[in-house]
Amino acid sequence: MTQYRMVIDVSRCIGCYNCFLACRDEHAGSDHRPVSIGQPASGHKWIAVREDERGTYPKVKVSHIPIPCQQCTDAPCITAARDGAVYRRADGIVVIDPDKASGQQDIVAACPYGAIFWNETQNVAQKCTFCAHLLDSGWKEPRCVEVCPTQAMVFGDAGDRGSAVAALIAAQDVEALHPEYDTKPLVSYRGLPKPYLVGEVSFCDQTQLPAAGIRVSLHRGDQVLATLTDSFGDFEFDNLETDADYLLKIEHSGYRPREMRLRAGADLDLGSIILDR
Amino acid sequence: MEVFTSLTNSGPISVYVEDGKVVRIRPLAAEESDFRPWTIAAAGRQFSPPKKFTVAPYVLTERDRLYSEDRIRYPLKRVNFDPNGARNPESRGKVGYERISWDEALDIVAGEIRRVQKTYGPAAVSAMTSSHHNWGLVGYKISAFARFFNMIGYTAVVDNPDSWEGWHWGATHTWGFYWRLGMPEPYDMLEDALKHTEMIVYWSNDPDTTRGVYTGYDSAIWRQWLKEKGVKMVFIDPFHNYTAAAMGGKWLAPRPGTDTALAMAIAYVWISERTYDQRYVAERTVGFDDFKAYVLGQSDGVAKTPAWAAMETGIPVRTIVALAREWARKRTMLAAGARGGEGGACRTAFGTEWARMMVLLQAMQGLGKPGVGIWGTAMGGPRDNSVWFPAYGDPDGRIAHSKVARVRPENPVAQRLYRPIVPDAILNSTINWLGEGFCNRSLDQQFTPFSYPLPGCPEVKLWYRYGGSFLGTMTNTSKWVRMYQSPKLEFVVNQDCWWSSETGYADIILPACTQLERDDIGEWGEPGGQSKGGSSGCNFRVVVRMKKCIEPLWESKSDYRIFSELAQRLGRDQDYTEGNSEIDWARKFFDISDLPQRISWEEFERKGYYIINVPEDYRPTPALRWFAEGRACDTPDPNNPKRLTDKGNELGTDSGKIEFLSQSLNRRAPDDNERPPVPHYLPSWEGHRTAQAAKYPLHLISPHPRFSFHTHYDKHAAWLDDIPAHRVQKDGYAWWPARIHPSDAAARDIRDGDIVKLFNDRGTVLCIAVLTERVRPGVVHAYASSAKYDPLEPGKPSSPDRGGCVAILSPDRMLSKNVAGMASNSCLIDVAKWL
Repeated sequence: MTQYRMVIDVSRCIGCYNCFLACRDEHAGSDHRPVSIGQPASGHKWIAVREDERGTYPKVKVSHIPIPCQQCTDAPCITAARDGAVYRRADGIVVIDPDKASGQQDIVAACPYGAIFWNETQNVAQKCTFCAHLLDSGWKEPRCVEVCPTQAMVFGDAGDRGSAVAALIAAQDVEALHPEYDTKPLVSYRGLPKPYLVGEVSFCDQTQLPAAGIRVSLHRGDQVLATLTDSFGDFEFDNLETDADYLLKIEHSGYRPREMRLRAGADLDLGSIILDR
Repeated sequence: MEVFTSLTNSGPISVYVEDGKVVRIRPLAAEESDFRPWTIAAAGRQFSPPKKFTVAPYVLTERDRLYSEDRIRYPLKRVNFDPNGARNPESRGKVGYERISWDEALDIVAGEIRRVQKTYGPAAVSAMTSSHHNWGLVGYKISAFARFFNMIGYTAVVDNPDSWEGWHWGATHTWGFYWRLGMPEPYDMLEDALKHTEMIVYWSNDPDTTRGVYTGYDSAIWRQWLKEKGVKMVFIDPFHNYTAAAMGGKWLAPRPGTDTALAMAIAYVWISERTYDQRYVAERTVGFDDFKAYVLGQSDGVAKTPAWAAMETGIPVRTIVALAREWARKRTMLAAGARGGEGGACRTAFGTEWARMMVLLQAMQGLGKPGVGIWGTAMGGPRDNSVWFPAYGDPDGRIAHSKVARVRPENPVAQRLYRPIVPDAILNSTINWLGEGFCNRSLDQQFTPFSYPLPGCPEVKLWYRYGGSFLGTMTNTSKWVRMYQSPKLEFVVNQDCWWSSETGYADIILPACTQLERDDIGEWGEPGGQSKGGSSGCNFRVVVRMKKCIEPLWESKSDYRIFSELAQRLGRDQDYTEGNSEIDWARKFFDISDLPQRISWEEFERKGYYIINVPEDYRPTPALRWFAEGRACDTPDPNNPKRLTDKGNELGTDSGKIEFLSQSLNRRAPDDNERPPVPHYLPSWEGHRTAQAAKYPLHLISPHPRFSFHTHYDKHAAWLDDIPAHRVQKDGYAWWPARIHPSDAAARDIRDGDIVKLFNDRGTVLCIAVLTERVRPGVVHAYASSAKYDPLEPGKPSSPDRGGCVAILSPDRMLSKNVAGMASNSCLIDVAKWL
């Protein structure tokens, strides 16, 4: 039995919105019963792209996170719907029946991901179907995946062990967007932004020269992460734990070592750190 | 359901039609067996592109644009325009239109052409196109449009190289390549970079936004490969651009207009630490000693040290030193502008100097050696250059000039106008400038003086505008509104598919159909001519039969048909059409190409496309490797005039070498202190050191847009309004974003999402404030090319515009006294909350 899954690699997403626009082309004004009816010409984002900007000038990071319906196995929208208006197909795709869901605005509010939209004109809740109508007629992937320039979106049958999507899931570095929602989505992510820490080191007596190759270490209990500043004197630690206490040490012979106690929760830009003699 | 093939300015498409209506547009779905992807082996990996075409985002809005509310449906006449009575030119832009028949419209237009040419002479008619609102050899502007106007005679309008000014006017005098308008040959640089490059410096370049110009997103996967390989990325741009966002790496944000100072300081470090390629400089360049004297301050008393540059650029000394040292230590690719060429820094005051310095910095590191080139990362994939198919930049790729035509009319009128100053010509009667705009025949061509009116020629009385608008793309653009209201323009026509910003200033409006409603043919991404090999930004060369998918909507007609019917009224229709339909012309282009050796017309017509795969025995010839190694040019650069001659190992400069001291500038303008023979850093004539900075302390940069192309697709494809990086919806209006640093916003009590006015003495533009750490403090970023000119008081040139045409604010002063280029990014403004 086919088990559709999607893996989105945020580290490859360039925020081009091709996925969003291909979705709009496929669905705006186009009836694909029984899985969907026409999307309005504006407003709906069956696949949204969240732009996530972090850090401060000039050390900025930007991630783009495409968010379609997560096709949850424990889907709150199925629970919220009356008369079986939202159901899961055998292949895993969650479908809002466009007729039965008429008038059921509660379905929209049930989605913690904000991936369900209300169609005022048609009086119905709507969302991404993985382009089920196309898959059912032989297409291999939804429109959004087809147009992705960087292969940031991988789609396929997780039941087929040879498929690219099965391999990505088997590699076990995928996770749910907002695992705390606990809805067991069929859409998984790689490279979601995690707290990070950056800074730039310079010398008190040679502020005009870059402090390259300085050892910087980050301690948490027995755990030690260590790095060297790059040619600009910059250092960075990524993928830190949320709400964890860290001790940052900067050491270089001839200069006084620096220690800083930090709490990684938000992203931290320590700015310029000057080493004293 | 029927599926047709077509081609846009940024990718081939399959068009699904049901009951005469387009219901789906996707990237061209070719048969898998037609793709034979190339493979590049590097660092133990095999790099090969996926078997598909990857289009630009706006291409996926083509269905929305086709049925847009903005389509011009019927021929229209301004209500208070009477060709036989009161014309009321001052009310252009203020009053409405009434529907008229095609016969009436064409009779008026043909009658006015005849009247004006008879009364004043042929030169009193002028006509101007925009670029790339469509694609295809038959319908493109240099084809159907040019054939008609060359036939009747007119004052042609010369384009300025608006996207790469500094390269055209500056870099040409450093490394030649005037036949490419200053930009380098692109050949096989992807392979070179994958194999050899350790660091890429993206300087004023955002390829994930500008996408190799016409080649969609095919190169995005290349940059992923380079990132996966661990190539270090550095971005120099006042805006933390989208490629920087995607790639990560080091971001340096110089104060706008000071990039040349940064470049000088890098040269200073290399000279003082002797970390430049001294042998290459000795053998492959001229004039280094003069340059060195300037950099070290021996000739002007100012050493161009990192400390000096830090004062100008606002970048810390140690950061400049670090960049210079790492650049010298690693095999570094300079991605200066999208094509290696282009980039916002070349559209600033004295932008020639920056472009020259980009070439010279790489010359100091051995330009052309493995991994060391000038390459924007969006062109230069493997491409079979042995197969010829005409492109619009080649005379044979236009029905105006091609050998496919029996009649090839030559415009009898010698008078010219110059695009950025057309309004000045109309309003002030006289303009003078140097250079023919696109100077692709010699270095000296840039010094040819032009003046308007040409002695013996009349001023322009009839203005025929076609396909787009300049209000969002030129400089100080409210002067275009003033021009349109001048009584000196006795008659104005606008021919377009959509209501563009200039459309509502015409007397007669003619509705053209889109390329989905007519027949044509073309190759994806290939401009030919001065951009030969441009489709090397595509992973697969593909020629597409652009099919008529539906009948023209409403009463629109193809441009070819409109010009045919005008020609008929002027007694020239047999000469114009030679009895050919559009599909007849398309077939003729196919027949003169190399394709018939590979596929029959019938098979091509059935499939709708032909992929020109790279042969298995493909041998790469990286750009300028021949020059670095002192060999004759071995790249397939057909317009290089020295290639295949006894000077085959020379560049296109006077000396044949890279010129630190430009021989051509020294020969033609030795005393020009604004583009001197040795490049100089000159503080901008509108920048942080000028008096206006006290009144207008913020610096506006307006780069090329991310989700539209020129002014195309914006406004006409409303789907784009749901992309907040393109337009932001507030109170039922889709506003143009202005990106402002939080510190500048706080000083002005501006919050994210506020409507703000961007203003200076040239005008006022309303935008929505987007607060971001991605701009340097003191800099406001708002893309150029809004298609929506929406003055609060229609028809009043000084009215605030709420559509986002920030070009209204940019100065119309030329780059420098002998350089007739635009400096859109030398623009001081202030911002305030709009209440």
